[in-house]
Amino acid sequence: MNMVLFLILRRMRAPLLALSLVYSVATLGLTIIPGMDDQGNPWHMDFFHAFYFVSFMGTTIGFGEIPYPFTDAQRLWALVFIYITVATWIYAIGTVLSLLQNETLRRAGTEYQFRQSVRSLREPFFVICGYGDSGGRLVDSLERRNIHAVVVEIRQERIDALILGDYTMQIPRLCGDASDPQNLILAGIESPFCAGVVALTDQNQVNLHIAITSRVLNPDAKVICRAEAHYIEANMASFGTDCIIDPFDTFAQRLSLALDNPCLFLLDSMLRDNPGWSTLEAANVAEGRWVLCGYGRLGEAIHKIFAKKGVDVTVVEPYLDRVGGLANYVIGLGTEAHTLNEANIAGAVGVVAGTDNDSNNLSIIVTAKEINPDLFTVVRQSNHFNRRLFEKAEVNIVMASSTVVASKIKTLLVNPMVDDFLSLAHAQSEEWADALNHRLNDLTPDDRPPVIWELSIIEQDAHALVTALDRELSIKLQYLLADHTDRSNELSTIALLHDSNDGSFILPSGETTLEWGDRLLFVGTGQSRSMMAWTLQNETALEYVMNGTVAPQSTLGKLLFAN
Amino acid sequence: MNPEKVLYAFTIVLAMTLNFGFFFGEINEPSHHHVYELYAAIFVNIVATILKFGDRTQIGAVLLASSLVSIIQLVGAAVVWGIAMYVSDTGMTDSIMASIVSLSGGALLANLVSVVLLVIETVTLKR
Repeated sequence: MNMVLFLILRRMRAPLLALSLVYSVATLGLTIIPGMDDQGNPWHMDFFHAFYFVSFMGTTIGFGEIPYPFTDAQRLWALVFIYITVATWIYAIGTVLSLLQNETLRRAGTEYQFRQSVRSLREPFFVICGYGDSGGRLVDSLERRNIHAVVVEIRQERIDALILGDYTMQIPRLCGDASDPQNLILAGIESPFCAGVVALTDQNQVNLHIAITSRVLNPDAKVICRAEAHYIEANMASFGTDCIIDPFDTFAQRLSLALDNPCLFLLDSMLRDNPGWSTLEAANVAEGRWVLCGYGRLGEAIHKIFAKKGVDVTVVEPYLDRVGGLANYVIGLGTEAHTLNEANIAGAVGVVAGTDNDSNNLSIIVTAKEINPDLFTVVRQSNHFNRRLFEKAEVNIVMASSTVVASKIKTLLVNPMVDDFLSLAHAQSEEWADALNHRLNDLTPDDRPPVIWELSIIEQDAHALVTALDRELSIKLQYLLADHTDRSNELSTIALLHDSNDGSFILPSGETTLEWGDRLLFVGTGQSRSMMAWTLQNETALEYVMNGTVAPQSTLGKLLFAN
Repeated sequence: MNPEKVLYAFTIVLAMTLNFGFFFGEINEPSHHHVYELYAAIFVNIVATILKFGDRTQIGAVLLASSLVSIIQLVGAAVVWGIAMYVSDTGMTDSIMASIVSLSGGALLANLVSVVLLVIETVTLKR
């Protein structure tokens, strides 16, 4: 800000000097030029009246000739100086206006504003570099959970989209290159409140640069990066980037999960993406050959997964040099029936439309379905705007890279325990996952998506519970799951994970005893979450769910009802 | 030679000399203190202040501060003069003249500080 102020003052020197010069000459002249009072005696205007007259003359207010009517000599002087003062004012105001228009100055102004709003953050925040599709989704979900985000984005139109976004929280944003360390410092990367940096720009090199910058400037902050090339990933991993997300690998892994363990996949999607999840159904895929259209980065990742599972794949790809080394391929786009027939789509169980062109992908799916209506369809969606088209297209699995990246990062930042839970869940059987899916579905009768939240048993989050633990009472998990207004009712909540000193336990039973410092992961309705907060914080409510009665609190009550 | 520095040195020394001219004389004797001199001192001080706008050096900031002090003192003196002559019925008396002149004396001190600082700045310039 100092720089801005100094710049303004320096530029204002000339107009201010001009104004004071003109005013002083005009005032001086009026005191020197002889006038005449109302009796016709010679009279000289004093400084007081002269300055008064010049002040209203210069601003063209014009109260008239005071205190006595002017002589012609005075009028001549006033006549000349009306024009001079007005011109000087226009010059001064014009300078101020052009200063406000000045690009450097405005840039300095927005930077100052940005820095101030970042500095005023007194809670943990995340720096999000890149406000594209996935960045936008990430900021949305952070904001919905009241977690602060600071956005650095190079393109002004995306910043405009952020300004127009319907956010209840103020989200500081800077239009600038995130690979410039200065911009990251402005974004508060060195602040003790900076909990993490997320690099989601379109450029691998920029993401890499952000990762190394944050590692150096703030080693405590979590660094999460998107990378779409393996050598970049290796580079990022070499200096300890916390999490590197390759949208293609991630999706290929998810696809593999979907094919092998459909129920687990469903559970995974429910907990990560949190949609209105009664619409989701586990889909079973028959064993057999697949057709893979498009052998780019995604195609390669999927091909690798299929090869590992020993599934036969026919690749359809227009460029021979990409597929030359493969055993089974057809040259072509896959949008025309003859190419698909050549790939024997009629004998396949599934098709992956994985080109980087959304319309081609849709066309592949529609054509393939016409030939073989029983196909399991997987389609890649590149552009966020085509979301509706893909929703309508009756595709089994849509892979939008922005969604894949955003939901993975969201889980990491907001509910890291979900990841722990899912990795434990992957060791469980399909039947187990299916049963849990049904329980989750029954939690929320309406289509409102359930809430996932974490609880740490510490003073701040669970005052009543910690107090009870201090009194050496044994606290069971079932107390927390009971309704504090009528303990025979259970809250619509499932405890997913119990993280204690003895290890992590999946789906803990109600008999589990809780200790100080334990962490729990719950899923349930928003209402049950706030009900549980009562039990956690209010000693009377906790006493009731534990004992079924409440001891009198007041002195009088203790006297009267003591037994 | 930096023309900006010459102009500033000229202005601040002129401000001090004009101020001294107004201040010099019997403190309560109106005929020793001419209104035009006060007027000129005010104008030149304003110019000196504006010339220090946007100066980022430490000594520039102190010079700006001392010029602001002298402007406040001189404008105070002018306001006392105007009120005595036109607002209240007292007219110019010995005691009012004395307070006007002592106000300008304060401004003179501030101008003196400016000039001393200017000299110090010049001396420390090893060229």
